[in-house]
Amino acid sequence: MYFSDAHQELRLHIRRFLEREVVPHLEEWEQTTFPDSIIKRFGELGFLGLRYPIEYGGQGGDYFSAVVLSEEMARAHCGGLGMAVAVHTEMATPPVLRFGTEEQKRRFLVPAIRGDEIAAIAMTEPDAGSDLAGMRTTARREAGHYILNGRKIFITNGARCGWCLVVARSDPAAGHQGFSLFLVPRDTPGFHVTRTLKKLGMHSSDTAELLFEDCRVPADFRLGPEGEGWKELMWELQGERLIAACGQIAGAQAVFEYAMQYAKDRIAFGQPIASFQVIKHRLVDMANRIAAVRALVYETCARWDAGEYPVREISQCKLLSAQVAVEVADDAIQILGGHGYMSEFPVERAWRDARLARIGAGTDEIMKEIIAKTYGL
Amino acid sequence: MKIVVTVKQVPDPNSPQRLDADNTIARDGDVVLDPGDACGVEIGLRLKEAHGGEVVLVSMGPERAREAIRKALSMGADRAVLVTDPALEGADVNTTARALAAAIGSESPDLVVCATESYDGSTGMVPPMLAEVLGLPQLTFANHVEVNGSTVSVHRQTEDGYQVVEAPMPALVAVTAGIAEPRYASLRGIMAARNKEVRTVGVADLGLEVPAPAETVEGVEDAPSRQQGEIVEDDGASGVERIMALLQAAKVI
Ligand SMILES: Cc1cc2nc3c(=O)[nH]c(=O)nc-3n(C[C@H](O)[C@H](O)[C@H](O)COP(=O)(O)OP(=O)(O)OC[C@H]3O[C@@H](n4cnc5c(N)ncnc54)[C@H](O)[C@@H]3O)c2cc1C
Repeated sequence: MYFSDAHQELRLHIRRFLEREVVPHLEEWEQTTFPDSIIKRFGELGFLGLRYPIEYGGQGGDYFSAVVLSEEMARAHCGGLGMAVAVHTEMATPPVLRFGTEEQKRRFLVPAIRGDEIAAIAMTEPDAGSDLAGMRTTARREAGHYILNGRKIFITNGARCGWCLVVARSDPAAGHQGFSLFLVPRDTPGFHVTRTLKKLGMHSSDTAELLFEDCRVPADFRLGPEGEGWKELMWELQGERLIAACGQIAGAQAVFEYAMQYAKDRIAFGQPIASFQVIKHRLVDMANRIAAVRALVYETCARWDAGEYPVREISQCKLLSAQVAVEVADDAIQILGGHGYMSEFPVERAWRDARLARIGAGTDEIMKEIIAKTYGL
Repeated sequence: MKIVVTVKQVPDPNSPQRLDADNTIARDGDVVLDPGDACGVEIGLRLKEAHGGEVVLVSMGPERAREAIRKALSMGADRAVLVTDPALEGADVNTTARALAAAIGSESPDLVVCATESYDGSTGMVPPMLAEVLGLPQLTFANHVEVNGSTVSVHRQTEDGYQVVEAPMPALVAVTAGIAEPRYASLRGIMAARNKEVRTVGVADLGLEVPAPAETVEGVEDAPSRQQGEIVEDDGASGVERIMALLQAAKVI
């Protein structure tokens, strides 16, 4: 209903590419993080610009072509690499296409779509995560430039980016109207990566702490009008949450299928464990939850693609898909027993990777706050 | 340079293979572009990228074969000719080669690229017969193809290496399945393929007469399952000699 035969053809090419060029290296990249060259390869094959206009090197597809990529990455258990690609194509670059000037699109979007420059987005700060309005990074205007000062934390691709979309206060006195977005090339003096952080899952991706210290950014690199940053960021967050939901649900489906096959093959007390009612019903519960949330996710994607702005449903998708992904991964470990706890079985990593879903791109609690607001609560 | 690549739609190698009641291959299940032909398309496209020109696909099959043709167009081929006619149903290799030759002949290509054999029929006879009917030199088992001016040269795979063989163009090259990994189609390529020309021609358009099949498959049986071999117990004394004797009798050593 949502996917045409062109999408399905694309899906098979992406699947074959991942099987040949990504999956064989995933375990190694869990130790080393993925090499930049794989992003270049994604770019060569057009996978970083699936839904971007052809004039900027994109493929001219619709939103569901981006959904296909996200689903296939999740299906192949790409974890951190999937997150890094999603940050690049669905978080950092969409605002450039939507709010950028022609020169900004040429300078930042085109190399990102080609895979020559990896993109990051920095909003979270040590003292401002859920409460983004508490961001303290400042951008002071001075002779054709903005001078950025402040810290950002948990920044995916932060250590390897070619440029970073940074949210900062251009007018500290103006509240929500005081934020602006800036495109900051990695080699700008004063842009420091202070460290990369160790974490529970998503090990193939790097997560950085950034310091901006008198970092001079040309005024031309401000994205959109001054003071519009908050509104632009809220728009960005919708796309970020929706693509996260797509990935989570596809990941949950892959984990469910793995656990089901395992339960059919694993013999205990003389029969496949899938024949025990407890296990059988657990599998059914997993499948049901996935199916229900996926239906909402696809419907919401179609509305987003049609230009609607369904904040409530996007937040519901993000919240429910994250919960389902974590629950399904946990159920899968239970079904696999001791094997499920071992790193050589994919559900162990899926469980660690999935846990992020309830925190990143807005926590469960924040999703509920947003949904509550749409009901006037 | 005009390059014709022959392509065929075959039953999906990942689903179980079946025969129809008349011992011809059942084609009503899942079907795909023959994986060997995808390699042929890849070679055609690389030659076009290196030397310019056009890649034209020629296929014979039912209307439904358009799906497989479109997969090859997504990879970047320029257009296609589908030979389709009820009279060609169940065609043997002779008829297949003649029908393809008629369609290819009217294109006057510089080079014809075929896979060595189709995934389903696996006769391996169509490329040589095609070359014969078209009156072209044929270079077979190619695992490397190069064009220099008006000459095509290939590495012809042999058991212990390869031979370098060349021929003046126009010529026909049959490539091995390992020659090149078919490219991943881009979304743009996939969308563009929907607007590319797929011309259908029938027996009458080609001025073909379809003879009765020279060869029909009269029966099909499963290969005999392997018999249990002789088990030699290691009794610490004569076991090794017994095995040596068996291997010598089998002329293995
Ligand atoms: C691996 C990883 C990658 C990330 N990548 C990026 C990135 O690329 N760019 C970026 O900008 N950020 C990134 N983040 C940051 C992420 O978006 C934040 O961690 C997230 O928004 C939560 O903010 P916080 O960590 O400051 O938690 P806090 O805001 O401190 O929240 C702590 C707890 O309090 C709860 N809470 C807070 N406020 C309320 C409230 N009003 N009502 C009820 N409960 C509340 C939260 O739900 C949570 O349970 C990443 C995080 C991780 C872990």
